[in-house]
Amino acid sequence: MRAFWRRFRRSRSALVGCAILALFVVVAAIAPIAFPGSPFRRVDRPFLPPFSERVFGTDQLGRDVAAGVAYGARTSLMIGILATAVAVILGTLIGSCAGYYGGWLDDLLMRTTEFFQTIPTFLFAVLLVAILTPSIKSIVVAIAVVSWPPVARLVRGEFLTMRNREFVQACICLGMSDRRVIFRQILPNCLSPIIVTGSLIVATAILIESALSFLGLGDPNIMSWGFMIGAGRTFLRSAWWLCTIPGVAILLAVLGINLLGEGLNDALNPRLRNR
Amino acid sequence: MSGGGRWNYLVRRLLQAVPVLLAIAVLNFLMLQLAPGDAATVLAGEAGSASPEYMLQLRQQFGLDRPLATQLLFYVKNVLTLNLGFSFRHNMPVLDLIMARLWPTLLLMGVTLVVSVTVGIALGLIAAMRLRSWHDAVISILALVWYATPLFWIGLMLIVVFSLKLGWAPTSGMETVAAFHEGWRRVLDIGHHVVLPAVTLSLFYLALYTRLMRAAVLEQANMEYVTTARAKGLTERRILLTHILRNAVLPVVTMAGVQLGSLLGGAIVVETVFAWPGLGLLAFQSLFARDLNLLMGIFFLSTCLVIAINLAVDLAYTFLDPRIRLA
Repeated sequence: MRAFWRRFRRSRSALVGCAILALFVVVAAIAPIAFPGSPFRRVDRPFLPPFSERVFGTDQLGRDVAAGVAYGARTSLMIGILATAVAVILGTLIGSCAGYYGGWLDDLLMRTTEFFQTIPTFLFAVLLVAILTPSIKSIVVAIAVVSWPPVARLVRGEFLTMRNREFVQACICLGMSDRRVIFRQILPNCLSPIIVTGSLIVATAILIESALSFLGLGDPNIMSWGFMIGAGRTFLRSAWWLCTIPGVAILLAVLGINLLGEGLNDALNPRLRNR
Repeated sequence: MSGGGRWNYLVRRLLQAVPVLLAIAVLNFLMLQLAPGDAATVLAGEAGSASPEYMLQLRQQFGLDRPLATQLLFYVKNVLTLNLGFSFRHNMPVLDLIMARLWPTLLLMGVTLVVSVTVGIALGLIAAMRLRSWHDAVISILALVWYATPLFWIGLMLIVVFSLKLGWAPTSGMETVAAFHEGWRRVLDIGHHVVLPAVTLSLFYLALYTRLMRAAVLEQANMEYVTTARAKGLTERRILLTHILRNAVLPVVTMAGVQLGSLLGGAIVVETVFAWPGLGLLAFQSLFARDLNLLMGIFFLSTCLVIAINLAVDLAYTFLDPRIRLA
């Protein structure tokens, strides 16, 4: 653990990623204090330019863009983390069963995984959200359904190599139940690649969420960056900041998570470092 | 590889695609069940826009008064025979509607694929050649930033800069409709329109391929055959361009094939931004009209499209690299 921290601190990308992410977490946490009331509320004249009376200006309905960005951070982080959690759990279950049991179950599960990697996943997510009607729940489900295949493939690979290791064979000889071998013995040994993959899935989940809400498939009751860009699009010529500012927020958040993921990868898999 | 072997391979791959298409049909059916309301109203596009006679005909055609298992059979049979229904919004059969929008999307995807793969390979090669120099740093940082930028936002920013401020490129559409260009002038006009959407869609994949190419070149550089080539007295330039390049390109091309489905997804967003008249814009319009049946038709046919392009890429691959067996 100490070696992990040392390597993690030495990685410059990890530190930059952590700093960016910490900023967003703080902004998301203090949003209700800094901007009391709904972010959909009108606070001033419409189309106030940024860096004047209000930091990021106001939009076409006089809503505060800064409040939108702060509440959008909450939405993006929440949906990113929830969807990733669901995807990682689903992928781990499927991958571990496929790798541990092998045989026809492995065939079936891996064909299913390949199927989900062939189909145009974003279109599938759009279709799912459209059919389930847009809400936080349906967006999380849709993102999770299209994000689990890489986790499943990864976990299966790890399980295939672990399956024949001596400590696993010993556990089986001791009469341990399959469930115990899978969750208590093998899984803790392949956590680090799962954590790295999971951190990268948070980034893509935020990108998918922003694209969905840009297309008008966001939850209508919560503020999100994609929604702000979609709504400000019409005023691209006259009010550039309506699209630019939330876009920079998405870029920074995703960049921060990717950097953090890279740092985690360096720290957790030191053998792969000098790539 | 003999022509007969390739033919057998093609047939086998086509047979492998059948279960995938069946699964898509079943998936669509399940989603139809998830949708609120009667399946017939969903199939008709939207409640109220279809005539009662058509609704009755739909119910019979899809066996909606029968048990669920029979309904599934009816639905799969209809979809697999490309009987995708009728869109009342557009007053056209779904199949014709999609076919009319197929070419713009294929054009956009094709240009993007070529641009992102070639530029990605070139940038990755430069970064790996000049390891830890400013070239490498600039390319790596750009790749990192592009990889984190939402496609639709790049598109909007490019419109602001190149269309609104500089006036170099048109903001939307595929051609200047009012100009009635013909022949080469029309090709040029479409080429002018395709630049911004293709650049937008390319940046994300370009970043991915650059990173992949850089890693692949560095990995190959440690291989024994490189040491052999160096011992033979070849110049570094020659080792890189004739020995390493060929091997390092393979993972990039493989990745480009894997990413096709995602590329199509990206096309939806980019087409919406640039009003590019392809499948993506059609999907967006059907989303707004709540025409779920059209959306499912697009989903089904675009999966067919991905499978077909994948197969074409794999076949092309066997011509490029003779070592690859058609296993």
